Amino acid sequence: MTIHGTALLALCLLAGLTAGRLLGASLGIDADIGGVGIAMLLLIGGTHLLERRGLLTPAVGHGITYWGQMYVPIVVAMAASQNVRGALTGGWMAVAAGLAATAAGFLLVGLLVRCTSRSEPS
Amino acid sequence: MTEVVHDTLLANGLLTAFVVVGGTMLVSSWVSARCTCGRVHGSAIAILIGLVAAAVAGGPRGVADLPLLSGVGLLGGAMLRDLAIVATACGVRPQEFVRGGAIGVVSLLAGLCVAFLMGGATAWACGYRDAVSITTIGAGAATYIVGPVTGTALGASSEVIALSIAAGLVKAIAVMIVTPFAASALGLKTPRAAMVFGGKMGTTSGVMAGLAATDPALVPYGAMTATFYTGLGCLLGPSLVFMIARTIF
Repeated sequence: MTIHGTALLALCLLAGLTAGRLLGASLGIDADIGGVGIAMLLLIGGTHLLERRGLLTPAVGHGITYWGQMYVPIVVAMAASQNVRGALTGGWMAVAAGLAATAAGFLLVGLLVRCTSRSEPS
Repeated sequence: MTEVVHDTLLANGLLTAFVVVGGTMLVSSWVSARCTCGRVHGSAIAILIGLVAAAVAGGPRGVADLPLLSGVGLLGGAMLRDLAIVATACGVRPQEFVRGGAIGVVSLLAGLCVAFLMGGATAWACGYRDAVSITTIGAGAATYIVGPVTGTALGASSEVIALSIAAGLVKAIAVMIVTPFAASALGLKTPRAAMVFGGKMGTTSGVMAGLAATDPALVPYGAMTATFYTGLGCLLGPSLVFMIARTIF
């Protein structure tokens, strides 16, 4: 059933977020460390397990992939609910700091991608 | 009549959001095909429309502050956003994560260093000379969550914390807009490159929107490293980075 897929997805996210917060708490900070990343690993493991036992029916898969396909519209909704005016009126120093970090990041991505693809041709 | 329609839309906020976002996607894919011959991805145009609408609405939660569009805030909120990111992991090849693991960690640490450095340098150039303010603004240049978490932990002034949030927001928005245009120059084509990108930029919202508009197949890889960035930043900001800043200033 479709709900089984969605339930597995939601369970992985809840478990991941809990693990992320526990990881944060164990390091003494009130923040989630990689909760979503842990949830992704759990989902990959979970679907592989179901697949091997032949329990990953198309209906169960749809319960997961539907949400993956809703991803772009959700991002659009997220963009529309950002504090854009706050970012623009936060003073030119905030704009400069944000843009400087972005520019430096892009430069380094280009460098690192080029270096790794040269050393390890895929 | 209009009152009945208004009340129905208001009472079913999430459904209204589905219609509004779906309509936006339809318009943007049409604009993408007709006006740019498909060169600018429809998702990039839709995200841009979303950002402009948020700026016009002007509230701290963008268009979600308008009662009629409050459902957009639920659809684009952390809960459904995280559910959708995790769902994209269904169908990725686990060996790609293993192969990209080491470079992902390097990219994460280097990305955080660069953000703290650039943000801190900007703060210094603007006349801040105390370690607490410089660290907080540097943390804001990492992401808009690392900024306030670090600032609160260090006891920064509310003005500096507000600046750090604004810096993080500017970065998230800049990454959303620039990524699809810079993608080919950066070589953003492989899962490994996406993992480097996610770790380097770190802002989950910026990375996911940027990659979605570039190539949706890369999203889970970028999201995987980006999701560790904020947590690691919150860990290092008030501790290691602050200690380094304190010895310098």
